[in-house]
Amino acid sequence: MTFPKPSFSPAEPIAAQPVVQALTAPPPPPTGETRTSGLAEVARRASAIAAAAIPPVLTLLVILGVWQMAAGDSYVGLPSPAHVWTDSKDLILHPFFDNGGVDKGLFWHVLTSLKRVGMGFSISAVCGVMLGVLIGSNRWAHRGLDPIFQVLRTVPPLAWLPISLAAFREAQPSALFVIFITSIWPIIINTAVGVRNIPTDYVNVAKVLRLSPTEYFFKILLPATTPYIFTGLRIGIGMSWLAIVASEMLLGGVGVGFFIWDQYNASRISDIIVALAWVGLTGFFLDRLVALLGHVISRGNAAS
Amino acid sequence: MAKAYLSIEGVGVTFAKGAARSEVLTGVDLKVDKGEFVSIIGHSGCGKSTLLNVVAGLVPVTTGAVILDKQEVNAPGPDRAVVFQNHSLLPWLSVRENVSLAVDKVFGGVKTAAERREWTLHNLELVKMTHALDKRPSEISGGMKQRVGIARALAMEPKVLLLDEPFGALDALTRAHLQDSVMEIHASLRNTVLMVTHDVDEAALLSDRIVMMTNGPRAAIGQVLEVALQRPRDRLAVAEDPTYIHARAAVIEFLYARRAA
Repeated sequence: MTFPKPSFSPAEPIAAQPVVQALTAPPPPPTGETRTSGLAEVARRASAIAAAAIPPVLTLLVILGVWQMAAGDSYVGLPSPAHVWTDSKDLILHPFFDNGGVDKGLFWHVLTSLKRVGMGFSISAVCGVMLGVLIGSNRWAHRGLDPIFQVLRTVPPLAWLPISLAAFREAQPSALFVIFITSIWPIIINTAVGVRNIPTDYVNVAKVLRLSPTEYFFKILLPATTPYIFTGLRIGIGMSWLAIVASEMLLGGVGVGFFIWDQYNASRISDIIVALAWVGLTGFFLDRLVALLGHVISRGNAAS
Repeated sequence: MAKAYLSIEGVGVTFAKGAARSEVLTGVDLKVDKGEFVSIIGHSGCGKSTLLNVVAGLVPVTTGAVILDKQEVNAPGPDRAVVFQNHSLLPWLSVRENVSLAVDKVFGGVKTAAERREWTLHNLELVKMTHALDKRPSEISGGMKQRVGIARALAMEPKVLLLDEPFGALDALTRAHLQDSVMEIHASLRNTVLMVTHDVDEAALLSDRIVMMTNGPRAAIGQVLEVALQRPRDRLAVAEDPTYIHARAAVIEFLYARRAA
């Protein structure tokens, strides 16, 4: 595959101009020149996309190939990619079916899990930012709460589940609580670091202007800490996605975690592999979504 | 003599950190008249910025008092606007928003929204920054940022304008441009200005009086020099003027011969 070299070719300066014009003015009548420039532009875009897409696709193919060779043709143990395809074709191709009960397509399971994460994570985002601001701005709150938080944050998500079940006596709020308690720590800690790192200059500006505490919060503190908050939120959403799959395995009902456990009990390992792909991709998109949100809200100032 | 507009009376500042105490300033007395441009010069670490922060209300006095327009200063406020050394514009706001934040806060109850918009623009015009209204601080040069910082301070209509080494981080050419701008603004608005600097030429060119500080710790005012040059001053014409040359020589003599760091 060869692409036209972008520089040193005599057509290049002419090539760049009409494209810019096309955005602002109605396109000029197609001449030979514009068509080649359009083609050159398309080729350049294509080469950029190819450079980004080809390496991961190749890696994936290599992994699948090695896996296929390692697993062989036997039906014992881990199925090979070919077996996964033949066993779970329906599951892969029809994510939206719904036969009632728990016999649903993977999309519905993932959606249920996403709803739980959405609720639990929203609560932990709000509480986490508030607690982080408190710890970051008040020395006594820091001294009192920080050691306790440092201990609690190391407790694994699933260890909270029995306590949560005992307290709430129902599956749904217990799952929400586990998500909440798992994802809140990075949000608290990053927000607190952000608040403590607000430059003295900004604080002085606020003092000279005599901003009220509310004005200070919305006009200085929140924008100055936004990049830190979103770092915490990104770690938090990843952790809550980890927690939901694990807790649904134990709680039952609907949800991708339950689905995986259910298929394990039915010895349908191929379905589990398909579900894992869904879980991974969903987690990836959640992370990208929060990163994008942070980018938009902080107007490009957030660390990506 | 009538009571001065800004009066710094026997100010001493001691910082205490745990059991360690360090006396930064001691017995500083200074009177500044309305419309006067006073520079504070001294070696690094002599507490000149601390003195400015005391007037701003950002650092509390340990002894003495600062009185501005018959009222004691004990907290920061917009009547003593500060232009900080590193511009300290809020990076998430545009040039216009940085100034209007101050205007809206200070004149929120007094002026209508249209008047406040007009006033924001007027101050940005004074520093010649209307071409970059919607740019963010990261998109403009260091000199431009400092111009916006000055516009923000002027927009508060302060009783005294405090400049904390405002041109310290700028290259020589940009600095000269900004000094000219500050002279123009001072000539037209007749602000009372207190400026901290370590640049002898800057002090001699801009000031009515130069306050020379002794070395810290326990810094105090060593000498006050009157610069009796006529305004408006032109940096080229002034360079040959005996008054200017004498003022410069006196400051350099104070800083390097008598108080060598």
